[in-house]
Amino acid sequence: MTVEFRALHKSFGATKALDGLDLTARQGELLALLGPSGCGKTTALRMLAGFERPDSGQVLVDGEDISDIPAHRRDAGMVFQSYSLFPHLTAADNVAFGLRMRKVGAAERRARAAELLELVGLPQHADRYPHQMSGGQQQRVALARALALRPKVLLLDEPLSALDAKVRVQLREEIRRLQQELAITTVFVTHDQEEALSTADRVAVMRDGRLEQCASPAELYDSPSTPFVAEFVGTMNRLPGLATGDGSVEVLGQRLPVRGDAATSGTVDVLVRPEAVDAAADEQGSARVTATAFHGAVTRLTVALADGTTVKADIPSHRARGLVAGAAATVTLPERPVLVEARAA
Amino acid sequence: MAGLTNRRGIRWWRGAVALAAGLYFLVPLACSVLFTVDVPGRGFTLGAYTGILSASGFTSSLLLTLELAAATIVLVLGLLVPALLAARLGAPRLRPLLEVVCSLPLVVPSVALVAGYSGVLRWGPQYLSRTPLFETFVAVQNADFPVVLVLAYSVMALPLAYRALDAGMRAVDVRTLMEAARSCGASPVRAVFQAVLPNLRGALMNASFLTLALVLGEYTVGALLGFRPFAVWIVGIGGSQAQLSVAVSVLSLLLTWALLLVFAAASRPRTRTPRRARAKAAPALVPQESAT
Repeated sequence: MTVEFRALHKSFGATKALDGLDLTARQGELLALLGPSGCGKTTALRMLAGFERPDSGQVLVDGEDISDIPAHRRDAGMVFQSYSLFPHLTAADNVAFGLRMRKVGAAERRARAAELLELVGLPQHADRYPHQMSGGQQQRVALARALALRPKVLLLDEPLSALDAKVRVQLREEIRRLQQELAITTVFVTHDQEEALSTADRVAVMRDGRLEQCASPAELYDSPSTPFVAEFVGTMNRLPGLATGDGSVEVLGQRLPVRGDAATSGTVDVLVRPEAVDAAADEQGSARVTATAFHGAVTRLTVALADGTTVKADIPSHRARGLVAGAAATVTLPERPVLVEARAA
Repeated sequence: MAGLTNRRGIRWWRGAVALAAGLYFLVPLACSVLFTVDVPGRGFTLGAYTGILSASGFTSSLLLTLELAAATIVLVLGLLVPALLAARLGAPRLRPLLEVVCSLPLVVPSVALVAGYSGVLRWGPQYLSRTPLFETFVAVQNADFPVVLVLAYSVMALPLAYRALDAGMRAVDVRTLMEAARSCGASPVRAVFQAVLPNLRGALMNASFLTLALVLGEYTVGALLGFRPFAVWIVGIGGSQAQLSVAVSVLSLLLTWALLLVFAAASRPRTRTPRRARAKAAPALVPQESAT
């Protein structure tokens, strides 16, 4: 089952929620829609669910335009951000709700509900009401309910954001396991990059109603195609540099090739990840270590350059011993192409 | 030390206020009861109460009032529930307008309302005598079931029912319930009936009860339009049989309380959890929280 958004536009009054979104989710993959709040990711999901209509553009499922099909005939199971279980029904009745709407017999409903509760690890909670369950348990039941009708697509609208950190990690692993087990095409909306990178097959980063980049987590992290993606995914340093316009940039006294838009010239920001920055203790160095944070295998140094720019550098902990706060240091970059962005005047 | 004295002071005041309020409500009630059972010259007698059932007009006026109340409840809920749901789901900007419209009856005294009604009822038949609407005007004033009273009561009940329903809808996430039901394959109508309304039971019951209480006690409109619902009958009988009329008032008060209790019991959330699950649920909740 493939899902395709084609040139979707949607405005709410003066606010543009979607501004020409083009995106495809492949058969059986977990696609995460990632972006800051207001980027249109939830609107896109709600269009797929049938709760919003696009102003223009199409939503295609297996190549078929579903824009005119009402929400209850779309075959899409959805888990919501807020706890959405029906408060007047038990866990089993909640899971069986969709089957009741499809007029499935009582015995079959019960059996299927039990099977689904087993699948999400809550077989003993069948008779509980939502208010008798924790947030994590409620979202598991909501997941079981979304899967009850064997939907073609599973839609997850920030299903973990109301849960505490530990439950969140467990549940996202479980969602991933279930999704792979059932091989169901899944669209997962989140604003949490760690959640997106750790669970999704591909991550679509959105900004202002458009797609910035859609790629596998590793590709997104290692070779972000735009400065926005680079900064939104992971931590990114901005170092002042001077682009020469011939595809190279001078930064920290080094000359490095520019990745992407090579024609940029003038003062630029050079974007580098903390793990790509090297720092070494150096009496003659013009930089000063201002803070260190031990993370086990690596230590994150915060270094102030001579011009006042702050740089974060992840150094193997065994090499970071001499680099205490206040120590003089030299900062260098590896000889690799770097991403640059013209500096706002 | 100061805090302790303070708290004691508060407790003392609470008692005093409760006592004063209790006296304010109970003394007139007790006096009413005493008045009905202690007849000068005949001593203690329950004659006023036993005479109620045989008093002419009691059963018919009470039945009429209950029928009017039922019709009013149906009309008010039938108008308000779809309007409030539609405003909440489709046009949130209309909510303030709805609130103002529903609160208007509070500022129009029932005497003014009834003056308007009788004006229309007098004017209408004159001008519409040659049209089928003439029959309509006659029908709404049928003394066996005066529809015009249902209309008047519905307007008067709007503010009360609106508050009760609005409070209930604030307490549940109507939009998410609707969307969850729709993503489970329920059509919009089924989603309302199977997912939203069951969770508004308390609010629906409250709105119904307030409407019922209003209709049971309403005198002005019924009397001025010349009908004889329960409250009008009580006042009428008071002129000729004082004891009987007070006995009826005391009984109708008890009846209202009894109905209140019934509604309260019916609006409580269902707890048909099997005992087995309930016994497990209580202690298990806290540790399970971290286990999920």
